[in-house]
This record gives sequence, structure tokens and C-alpha cells, in this order.
Amino acid sequence: MNLRRDVFQAIADPTRRAILLLVASQSMTAGAIAANFDTARPTVSKHLQILTECELLAQEQNGREIYYHLNLNKMKEIADFLEPFRKLWDDRFNTLETIMKNYTPKE
Amino acid sequence: MALKTRINAEDGKQDLVITREFDLPLALLFRAYTEPDIVAQWMGTNVLKLDSIQHGSYQFETTDAQGNVVFRANGVIHEFVPEQKITRTFEMENTSFPVQLEFLEFESLSDDTSKLTMHIVYKSVEHRDQVLKLPFAQGLNMAYNRLQDVVSQLN
Repeated sequence: MNLRRDVFQAIADPTRRAILLLVASQSMTAGAIAANFDTARPTVSKHLQILTECELLAQEQNGREIYYHLNLNKMKEIADFLEPFRKLWDDRFNTLETIMKNYTPKE
Repeated sequence: MALKTRINAEDGKQDLVITREFDLPLALLFRAYTEPDIVAQWMGTNVLKLDSIQHGSYQFETTDAQGNVVFRANGVIHEFVPEQKITRTFEMENTSFPVQLEFLEFESLSDDTSKLTMHIVYKSVEHRDQVLKLPFAQGLNMAYNRLQDVVSQLN
């Protein structure tokens, strides 16, 4: 059974994030992507499959080769997704920093 | 400006790590976690109770302008080592979210910089992901409410 993957879970994996970074600058074949990892080829294929299923990667046929490239619209969607959680903590910590910079110990 | 806070939440795991470096000496960073009136300021909530000792406990409460309680949370402090670590639980009251376990580690980077590492363990992967999505969902709700306000003014 092939469960529909959550986009959020797709980018939580470090290898998949590395793949997204790789193809950010240029389209690449599965072989070229796999060559950048020590991981077994089928594992990389599985990652590519998951990223494609959640539409983070798009495939493009060029002659006999399939090239992968970033789907920027989908990437923007997730960037926005985790950001509010990080922003919440960043705002809190910024406040903490400001308060403590002006802190004078009680007598 | 880039955010100084980093979140590491790996695929399929029920925990996450929040890290942040502060332009503060370790002693001041740690104090921000132990003095109730300071915690209240940066957490944006009332601190009903905060016993910063081993086997101590705490309780936070946030009320709206009308005095209604909109958020209430509590936890127990399992381990407390000054300027090193706090291990505690955190539970939001009156919600479906189960209690979470938090490991806070404080370290000095230099005389006037320090680092906080907050490792949070949730009951399940699903619960972690729900918590991660919470601010996103709240942001959507707020945007939606604002939209409704605007629309209702048009009518």
C-alpha cells in the first residue's frame, strides 16, 4: 500500500532535504543525484519517489533520460508551513534577549 | 533579517530540537528561565507558579482582555542543575495534546554569548507534527478571522 505522504514529513528527512538542495540549481538525473550520496541507489530512488509524490520534485523526459527539478511553487508552500513555528520561538527568544540585556539584578 | 532560531525535526521521529544562540552570558540566559516575572514577559503569559528546583513545578495562564482564560499549561521539573540543565514536562490544559518531555541544556560559548538546546519528546510522531503545525494553523485562523472582519464590514 502506498500511503499518501505528508509534504511536511517529506522535508523533515535530512537526505531528502539534501536532494532538494542538489537539484535547486540544476535539473539532474536519478543517477547523477545518487552519485552524491553514500546511500544505496534504491534508497535514493525511494526518496526521489516520495519527493515526486508530494510534488516537491517534478520529472521531465529528455530523450531517454528523466530529469528531476524543483517544483518552486510547492517549495514555497512548505517554507511557509514550518516558518510560523520557528518564528514563534524566534520572537520569544528575541524578547528574552532584549529583556536580559537590560536586566539589573535585584538587591 | 535571518532568524537565529533553528528547528530540527526529522522525518518519522517523535521529537524535535530547537537551538538558539544568545548575545547573553550564560548566567543571564539561565536567569530568564528561573525568575517568574521575567518568564512571564518573554513567554507572554502569566506565571501562576514557578518552583525552579528539583521536583518543583510550574503553571502558566493567559487571559484575554475580558479576563477569560485562553491558555493554561503546567508541568513538573524533574531535574534542575543551575546554568546547565532543566528537565521538565509541559502540558497544555483542556486540549487533546498529551504531556511532552523537555530537556533544556544551557551552555556558555564565550563571556557574553550562550546557547540553549531544547529537546522535546512527544507521545507520538503524529502528536509532534500536530504541535509543529499549530502556529501555522493559528496563523491561518487569524488571517481567516481578519478576512471575515473585513467582509462583515463590507456588508
